[in-house]
Amino acid sequence: MEGYEVIFAGSNFIRLLSGLWVTVRISLISIGFSLIFGFIVGIAMTGRSPLIKALCRVYLEIVRMIPQLVWLFIMYFGVTRMTGLNLSGEAASVIVFTIWGAAETADLVRSAFQSVPVHQFESGRALGLSQFQLYFFVILPQAVKNLFPNIINLATRMIKTTALISLIGVTEVLKVGKQVIDANRYDAPDAALWVYGAIFLMYFAVCFPLSLLSRRLTERKE
Amino acid sequence: MSGNIIEIRHLRKAFGDHVIFSDLSLTVKKGETVVIIGPSGCGKSTLLRCLNGLEPIQGGTIYLNGKPLEYGRKSLVKIRQKIGMVFQNYDLFPNMTVLQNILLSPVKVQKRNRREAKEEAEQLLEKVGLREKADAYPDALSGGQKQRTAIVRSLIMHPDILLLDEITAALDPEMVHEVLDVVMELSRNGTAMLIVTHEMAFAEAAADRVIFLDGGRILEEGEPQAFFHSPQTERARRFLSAFTYSES
Amino acid sequence: MDWSFMTEYAPLFAESARITVMIGGIGTLLALVTGLICAWIMYFRIPLLRQIAAVYTELSRNTPLIVQLFFLYFGLPKAGVVLSSELCGIIGLTFLGGSYMAESFYAALKTVSVSQIESAESLGLSRYQTMRYTVIPQAARAAVPPLCANVIFLLKETSVFSAVSLADLMFTAKDLIGMYYNTTEILIMLAAFYLLILLPVSVLFSLLERRMNRGRI
Repeated sequence: MEGYEVIFAGSNFIRLLSGLWVTVRISLISIGFSLIFGFIVGIAMTGRSPLIKALCRVYLEIVRMIPQLVWLFIMYFGVTRMTGLNLSGEAASVIVFTIWGAAETADLVRSAFQSVPVHQFESGRALGLSQFQLYFFVILPQAVKNLFPNIINLATRMIKTTALISLIGVTEVLKVGKQVIDANRYDAPDAALWVYGAIFLMYFAVCFPLSLLSRRLTERKE
Repeated sequence: MSGNIIEIRHLRKAFGDHVIFSDLSLTVKKGETVVIIGPSGCGKSTLLRCLNGLEPIQGGTIYLNGKPLEYGRKSLVKIRQKIGMVFQNYDLFPNMTVLQNILLSPVKVQKRNRREAKEEAEQLLEKVGLREKADAYPDALSGGQKQRTAIVRSLIMHPDILLLDEITAALDPEMVHEVLDVVMELSRNGTAMLIVTHEMAFAEAAADRVIFLDGGRILEEGEPQAFFHSPQTERARRFLSAFTYSES
Repeated sequence: MDWSFMTEYAPLFAESARITVMIGGIGTLLALVTGLICAWIMYFRIPLLRQIAAVYTELSRNTPLIVQLFFLYFGLPKAGVVLSSELCGIIGLTFLGGSYMAESFYAALKTVSVSQIESAESLGLSRYQTMRYTVIPQAARAAVPPLCANVIFLLKETSVFSAVSLADLMFTAKDLIGMYYNTTEILIMLAAFYLLILLPVSVLFSLLERRMNRGRI
């Protein structure tokens, strides 16, 4: 059998796709949680309390400074060991990506709010809008317009980073790929080239449209 | 030589299908200050940009000192040393001091002696009242000071003609005067200039000749006195009346 | 906390940190070069090369480093191209980082406005002189913050190298976790060594940026 035939032999392609779905699903769940927590933290960061601002800043910097793979290891091997909790690889991934994603979202929310010019706040107040009306009708729509392409970018980064979870034992597309390669070791010794090439293109097929969308939205904004 | 610095014959300029000039002719004599006025979008700025080779032209010929302009890269470099241009937004280089901005072209393009060029730069700065700003960066200057620097930056190349493209349009009102004073002085000293401006009082005072441009055509041309006080065309009358406020 | 365990294995971590820094450093440098070339091609819209650069940046930006590495390390040998772990790491990081660097350089070049360029041209500067005296000095300032961010991003990405059996920090940690039960100590060491690499770089960069914002260099 030729290497490229392995990709489509039997249920291999479906298996690869469902492996890809595992990473995408984990990304989507994590992005969902990230948005919820990120908005809360982000709005806290635009507030007045210097203590809360400082705490948020520290959280953001610590999360960012250490590679995501290290966080995955800490969550999967460390926290389970220390607490005796039995976390699955998937659960550990969702927790880590949410903590990371929330930090990034918070920073995006903060800069989106701060990018709305001061005179917008002032002219809103001058029109006699209440604090709630000001935020809901004037500031939020403008902030969201700045925010949207960045959130999509974050989702793309999230999906790419999810590729790491095979290293803490989650059966996703790379792991499935390896199983397929191993199973065909004798019939198709060059399968690795084709299978990993296919996975490369699969990721591209998922991330590229998102990148395009984000770019379109950014261009339209300008 | 006919004494014409610039002679434009049958200029045609279009952006795609959008024709700016279909057939425009114009001359600027030695030592003459010509002011072009007209409504926005009439092609004033485009005309200056064509003269400096920033815009390619689609037809006609532009003569500089009797010789037709060529648009190759090498000849453009030569032309631009003969034709100075000052822009609305000054466009000083923010990474250089005032003096460095001024010396860039004489030293790097004209390969003049640095010390001699520096002396001249300092004299020119003195003349426009910026001697003490020589080592300041553009960030630290006011709009008027930036624009005066930009004028010096062009003057130091000893151009045959200076093109001024709405050089006071971006300035705060109180700074307009200091810049126009400099231009007025140049005009008195016989520097040939082609000026696009919306400052009507200045145009009347400085111009040897006024050209009223509208829709890519010269509608009126003449002495400033005559043009501003008894314009011949209805279009010019209406245009000029917009500059004086009267309750209707 | 088992301190004797930590002191015993600290040299091992230090050695793998050295490998992380070395491969990460070489990869980052090559990424800078790649990025510079691509940005140049994109800025001057050089035909054909421009299309190639566009395809490259899209492929590089829209795929994870670990997949790129798997293809290089496990896939390519089947086509007769056998690369060592170290070489895979360097090539992978260059491939990934080149597009990020290209984008930063390109955006920086684009911050120099058309009117600045016209102003230079109207002074009679040649194309080369315009680049040399006005565009590049201004673009260089604009490029520093995003380039610094890219360097830190790439250094963090090196953690994936362990997946192609490069004996970096991650690899050592995984190895030790497999052999001993001192998981907590190992993970603390792992995070500490990454901080030891990344914190100084990050502090250095923010000092540099602050300095640049304060005055001209």
